Amino acid sequence: MASSENVIQIDSQKIDLKNRPLAAFLAWLIPGAGHFYQGRMTKASLYLVCIMTTWMLGFALGGGHVVYASWQPGDKRWHYFLQAGVGVAALPALIQGNHMRKMTVKGITSQGYEPMWGGFMAPPQRPVIEDRTDEVSAWYATYGAGYEMGTWYTMIAGLLNILVIYDAYSGPLAVPISGRKKTDDEDDSADETKTPPQPAAGEMNG
Amino acid sequence: MISISPTYLMYYVPLIISISLVFGATRHEDTQTILRHAYYTARWITGFMAIIFLILVLINWMV
Repeated sequence: MASSENVIQIDSQKIDLKNRPLAAFLAWLIPGAGHFYQGRMTKASLYLVCIMTTWMLGFALGGGHVVYASWQPGDKRWHYFLQAGVGVAALPALIQGNHMRKMTVKGITSQGYEPMWGGFMAPPQRPVIEDRTDEVSAWYATYGAGYEMGTWYTMIAGLLNILVIYDAYSGPLAVPISGRKKTDDEDDSADETKTPPQPAAGEMNG
Repeated sequence: MISISPTYLMYYVPLIISISLVFGATRHEDTQTILRHAYYTARWITGFMAIIFLILVLINWMV
């Protein structure tokens, strides 16, 4: 049975957020999975399609090299923190990154290093030095603007999923006051159909 | 006037669709309202970028 504190009302629709932390975790793991769990199928599909399309498009634009986990001098891949917002799709990079870390001695990749899975989401060979020829500069040379745009696409997809995680946990964000002004007619009709306020954790003031 | 290939502007299309729809969906539950909000968001972002573009073109013309 639905707990009343997990039931909110938005756009005249009652939503049972169910187990909020679980929904948020599922939303992170696979975009839209949290909403699927809550029975919000339309939004689940929309999130899955929009976010994963953006993420995969970016991944393809960058030749599959834009998502990798690395925190080495000259190659601190901070972008990965945002790319990891899409959950399980970015997790192979962590495994590859750890594999590379074990095979890196004093900032240089060991001779015997072989990336797993054909190099899928593998970090570049080390050292990576700015303004020098290395594997990262080779990727830039090969994919050109696509490498840069691919990085942005995957980061934006990860950031969008953070909004989705919030939506799964608390329901839709409040519409800002600065949004479109209502006409007098709309105000009158809205007053007639106004529903009593519900305990909506997702609705914030302002 | 534009030093990059105009085809680069195509990168903008999937992004604006995705951002607008997700942004609208995180603020509403009703599908029609989501689509309307997404349309306003896309229009606002496009307009804002167009204004910035015009300002940059103007600066480029003046310098």
